Amino acid sequence: MLNKDGRRVNGSMIKNGLSRMNERGNGQGAGYAAYGIYPEFAEDYALHVFLDNMKEAKFSVEKEIERWGYIVHAEEIPVDDRKVEVSHIPYRYFFKPDPEKLLGRKIDEKDAILKMVMDINASRSGALVFSSGKNMGIFKASAWPEEVGNFYMVNKYKGYLWLGHNRYPTNTPGWWGGAHPFGLLDWSVVHNGEITSYGTNMRYVESFGYSCTMLTDTEVVTYLFDLLVRKHRLSTEMAGHALAPRFWDDIDRMAPNERDVHTALRLAYASASMNGPFAIVVGNTGGFVALTDRIKLRPLVMGYRGKTAFVSSEEAAIRAMEPNLDRVYHPPAGTPVVERLEGRA
Amino acid sequence: MSVANYIPNKYDVVVDPSRCRMCGRCEENCSYGVFRKEQDRIVTFPSNCVVCHRCISFCPADAITIRERTATYRHHPHWDEESREDIYNQANTGRVILGGMGNARSYPPIFDRLLLDACQITNPSIDPLREPMETRVYLGKKPATVEITGSGRDVELKTSLSPNLKLETPIMVAHMSYGAVSLAAQKSFAMAAQRLGTYMGTGEGGTHPDLLAYKDNIIVQVASGRFGVSPDYLANSAAIEIKAGQGAKPGIGGHLPGEKVDAEVSRTRMIPVGSDAISPAPHHDIYSIEDLAQLVRALKEATDWKKPVFVKIAAVHNAAAIAAGIARADADGVVIDGFKGGTGAAPKVLRDHVGIPIEAAIASVDAKLRNQGIRNEVSIIASGGFRNSADLTKAIALGADAVYIGTAALIALGCRVCGKCYMGMCPWGIATQTPRLVSRLDPIEGAQKVANLITAWTHELQELMGAAGINSIESLRGNRDRLRGYLLDENILEVLDVKTVGA
Repeated sequence: MLNKDGRRVNGSMIKNGLSRMNERGNGQGAGYAAYGIYPEFAEDYALHVFLDNMKEAKFSVEKEIERWGYIVHAEEIPVDDRKVEVSHIPYRYFFKPDPEKLLGRKIDEKDAILKMVMDINASRSGALVFSSGKNMGIFKASAWPEEVGNFYMVNKYKGYLWLGHNRYPTNTPGWWGGAHPFGLLDWSVVHNGEITSYGTNMRYVESFGYSCTMLTDTEVVTYLFDLLVRKHRLSTEMAGHALAPRFWDDIDRMAPNERDVHTALRLAYASASMNGPFAIVVGNTGGFVALTDRIKLRPLVMGYRGKTAFVSSEEAAIRAMEPNLDRVYHPPAGTPVVERLEGRA
Repeated sequence: MSVANYIPNKYDVVVDPSRCRMCGRCEENCSYGVFRKEQDRIVTFPSNCVVCHRCISFCPADAITIRERTATYRHHPHWDEESREDIYNQANTGRVILGGMGNARSYPPIFDRLLLDACQITNPSIDPLREPMETRVYLGKKPATVEITGSGRDVELKTSLSPNLKLETPIMVAHMSYGAVSLAAQKSFAMAAQRLGTYMGTGEGGTHPDLLAYKDNIIVQVASGRFGVSPDYLANSAAIEIKAGQGAKPGIGGHLPGEKVDAEVSRTRMIPVGSDAISPAPHHDIYSIEDLAQLVRALKEATDWKKPVFVKIAAVHNAAAIAAGIARADADGVVIDGFKGGTGAAPKVLRDHVGIPIEAAIASVDAKLRNQGIRNEVSIIASGGFRNSADLTKAIALGADAVYIGTAALIALGCRVCGKCYMGMCPWGIATQTPRLVSRLDPIEGAQKVANLITAWTHELQELMGAAGINSIESLRGNRDRLRGYLLDENILEVLDVKTVGA
């Protein structure tokens, strides 16, 4: 859900909505992403890390972080561990990259963060960075959605954009890192489905320097958005079209200007386009984009009330959050729906 | 020939007198002189037989039987029959042994050790009869990224695209030159390609005027002999292919015997009637990669930069690095021809012992181009012995954009893979220029057969894609996660970047 006027609400609302869909999970993974929750550290990168221990793992993360900049603030993420079996220590760092340390390496600041996160996660040092954006954070664990929400006390955070996810793990076991949302920089991704083009997509993003360490398709989706939107500067809408391309039959019938655009997207991004059943919501500082596969093998429904936009797998979840909706809308297959904060392009 | 080096007949050709009606069609149809009609019986000369099945196909009484005939040699595990017979042959002649068609040794096809995937439960398979199943492919340079302004319907593309070929199916008909094959065979391919929205290659023999009607579906070839190359030849095409090598005979050129060069072939190839057409082993203007870049650009310049230019190489040990060089030489596609690729004639020793399997070549070329970030610069077209839709589906999953089929297209026309193309006596009217034999191949019927084959394989490709939950071919391409190796060793699995079954 997104409050387009930037109004911040706590996480209890989305927790209630998400809990309506427990049929869709099995208690082995759930999580939340929230934007606007750290106004006091708004200019710092908020790194959420699962630590296996408070000694070597913590030490190795901090050593790596300090290669790129300095830690502004560090603390354990407050939890209420009465209901959840704790297998990692959720920890957070607020971090500022040091321009001088970046300068020597001729690397863009965000690319530096990306590399740092990838290095930590690939090193298998007992630490996993699962959230790395500014003024946003991901909270996830292996449990039912309300248990995870209570564990992290999401009702104590206030955000203008909330994403939630309830997982039924198939390809990878239900472990904390495998729960959604998946995050990188300001991106957070929740995903229902299984991407049959994973091998093609994975090799494509890896040729641009991303390393797929989690072996989940959600990770690949995140990297694809980062590549297409942040690096290639496509609009979110066009990135959506690149990832779930229009059918050639439709493209052939378009007006010439549109046809050129969609043909070029398919040619350039053939290996980025995703196949198989999926419904995805990708969050970013400026809003979210929701997208299904081209034949909508996974459900997706939008709801609107005033300045608030909701998206969900089920209308029931939206109605639990907001019983009085102005409008309910089922987006057509493979058509990106972009909702933005007011004043954001 | 000395009696000491006599090689026993390979076949028995038997006409059953109780069935034979003495109609004489066997004699009429056999171009190799196996049958002679005498007063009350058909006499056979089995030593001439190449097992082309023409007689069997045309005998109205089903009276002819051809059997393999084995004159047992003393068994020896090292000195097998073939080794001994080749030596007898060469002791008699002092010559290089020629062979037609592809590699005839029993190297195991890697394709047969690769298994495809299908969806079960966690994701649905897709029914190609009910849902769109896209097999359209574009061949040529693709932009790494695109610049677009506006949104929704009010959008505009700012990036200019390089010329690309649009294929409605990833299957094209390989280059087989007029001269090596008949005009009727080429017409069959051209008509089929036009009907299906795909392409056929002219080979290096020029384009006969009768094919100009199909020029938009023709890829013309520029080979080391430069036969038939003229500004018109280049202009009347959809794309141009520089042939640097061929899978059936890597490292050597070509040789069309003068006997096959009649007036029409002479005109099309621009060589005198009856003269041998010999293509040199290398292009004598390409001695290094920068020379290739010059030729690519020269051909583009000659065609106003409107046509994609492909470069064909044989799959050799270092194919991946060579392909990367080709990608950097401004080419729009690299054609890799595997060691099982066919030919009209090749020295047997090269055909059977030089080059590498197409499966490994596709995998290593695709990986190399991706690692260097230039995969979008060139398309990969694979060829060399694709026998069925499973082979080509696996080739695409390993990283090919499209495939050429040569031998399979010939078989669709009736070819029995007898391997005697270089004799010019093809009784099916395919690999011959003898008018009496060529007239046996009706291009309209031939086109239908080739089109049927490509259509059937495309349907099967769609079924395989649908089973794997994939509805556009770009999501199959390079998707090696949907392949598993069965009884392949660790080294080859690593090259293919494919996991073993069960993993």
